Amino acid sequence: MSKKSMSYMITLLLVTSLALFGAGCVGNDTTDSGSEEMQSIIIKGSDTVLPLAQAEAEEFMIENPESTISIIGGGSGVGIAALIDGEVDIAMASRAMKGSEIENAQTNGVDPIQQTIAWDGISIVVNPENPVSDLTFEQLKAIYVGDISNWNEVGGEDREIVVLSRDSSSGTYEYFKDEVMEGNEYRADALINPSTGAITQTVSQNQNAIGYVGVAYLDETVKALAVDKGSGAEEPTSENILSGEYPLARPLYFYTDGEPTGLALEFIEFVSSETGEETIFEVGYFPA
Amino acid sequence: MLHRKKKEKAIESTLLMVSGVTVVALFLLCFFLFREGFLLFGDHSIISFITGSSWYPSSSPAKFGLLPLLTGSLIVTAGAILLSVPLGIASAVYISELADPKVAQLIKPFVEILAGIPSVVYGFFGLVIVVPLLQDLLDLPTGQTALAGSIMLGMMALPTIISVSEDAINSVPAALKEGSLALGSTKWQTIYRVVLPAALSGISAAVMLGIGRAIGETMTVMMVTGNTAIIPGIPEGLFDPVRTMTATIALEMGEVPQGSEHFHALFAVGSVLFLITFIINLIADSVKKKYRLQEGV
Repeated sequence: MSKKSMSYMITLLLVTSLALFGAGCVGNDTTDSGSEEMQSIIIKGSDTVLPLAQAEAEEFMIENPESTISIIGGGSGVGIAALIDGEVDIAMASRAMKGSEIENAQTNGVDPIQQTIAWDGISIVVNPENPVSDLTFEQLKAIYVGDISNWNEVGGEDREIVVLSRDSSSGTYEYFKDEVMEGNEYRADALINPSTGAITQTVSQNQNAIGYVGVAYLDETVKALAVDKGSGAEEPTSENILSGEYPLARPLYFYTDGEPTGLALEFIEFVSSETGEETIFEVGYFPA
Repeated sequence: MLHRKKKEKAIESTLLMVSGVTVVALFLLCFFLFREGFLLFGDHSIISFITGSSWYPSSSPAKFGLLPLLTGSLIVTAGAILLSVPLGIASAVYISELADPKVAQLIKPFVEILAGIPSVVYGFFGLVIVVPLLQDLLDLPTGQTALAGSIMLGMMALPTIISVSEDAINSVPAALKEGSLALGSTKWQTIYRVVLPAALSGISAAVMLGIGRAIGETMTVMMVTGNTAIIPGIPEGLFDPVRTMTATIALEMGEVPQGSEHFHALFAVGSVLFLITFIINLIADSVKKKYRLQEGV
């Protein structure tokens, strides 16, 4: 490399780092002062709420081009941790905050306020080739805890069951553990998937696999099972979820620090407006 | 003239500052890593961390046993090295000793491109192509196994191994090869008996660097190995799902509240990982130096 191009490189490096440094400062200023013209908020958390929040934010930003809403996934725990650390304006969560998290928030001077923005159904998915089409809560629990390890014990073929779970940052992981497994530990040999997409991908390729995903993630590559909590097997259809007959439905939350104000309030109001509710249906969830 | 000198000086001191930042960054990183990791041992004994055979970070009481993660990392890395070393050395021998220079010029850029592919792309390829293939071919309940991780990591370590061993082979003095050929050895005998032994230390350095690359890789491994924190059997554990140290940190770091036990446990795992890669790099470095000394003689 010639000397000239070397010094160009160095200049470039310095300029970029200065620019980045500058951008960082400017970014902080706008969020702090919340100026009237260019408002921006950051929303972070549950991967389940993510597609909904993204769709809503797109609609919202078309109507309010002067506002910026940044949405980041990562899991409910991630979003709540960020809210506690004061990094975000809204945390998305697919589970309620735990007692320990509320305590943490209070010691940090954060007062979390919960808003139910929509309902989500959790569907149990298997490969379309799998003949099993419904499971009871007891069977599901036994499969996930490790007491049942072959599909023939629940009316399927003689195949080993490959149990898929999300990682422990996921709200769905916690919800499933509380709701179906009654707080018991997941079996040690469950495969941990870093995303819901990875679960549908694996289930679509593996006849032995069973996993859980939000209803919004269902597609033709996987088969959703009917689930029986003692009152008959129910399919995860919109009618069953809205009527409350499907047993694996849960609220999705937005958490804010104190009552929402400014852009955060506008956005939350937008989500529960008529256009907002339409978007909720389109994404595959159900209005609260 | 004076102006030019000043400019030179300014550039020099800027560069000094920039390289100084690297050193400072490394020290700060080490300091925080070890400090945060060490805080775990207030409540947990260091022995239960190192010899513990179960990793249940969210059960109460939480169990932070390193063994499943350490053995997971080791088995995936060992598999990767078993796959990539023979392939890598064979390619290096072909490129530097046998191939027509034109063919070698054609192959080299491909090897370099292999090094430039982002790890998430490798991971996606592994999840969509390699995992189902392994499941069908080997009739396994799931293809998300240590072997899938080894295959992907082997591919990722190949460029390092090929280019470093190629350098080593190229720097074997021509006189040695010519001497061997003059004594009537065939090309293969010369490669096998003269060139490879002479380049051995360089090749060992290549292998060590490959190991370093493989053991630190996160994204790809997390996507294809199933992330089950169970101590794998050796060698049949290759066909079971495993969880590596890197994948554990990546999977769990998001949810941990700062300053919690779990947080410190992840830092402790990070410290172990850092120590391992540090030692591997030291070994690779000293092996390399040794081989340079021999060159000088």
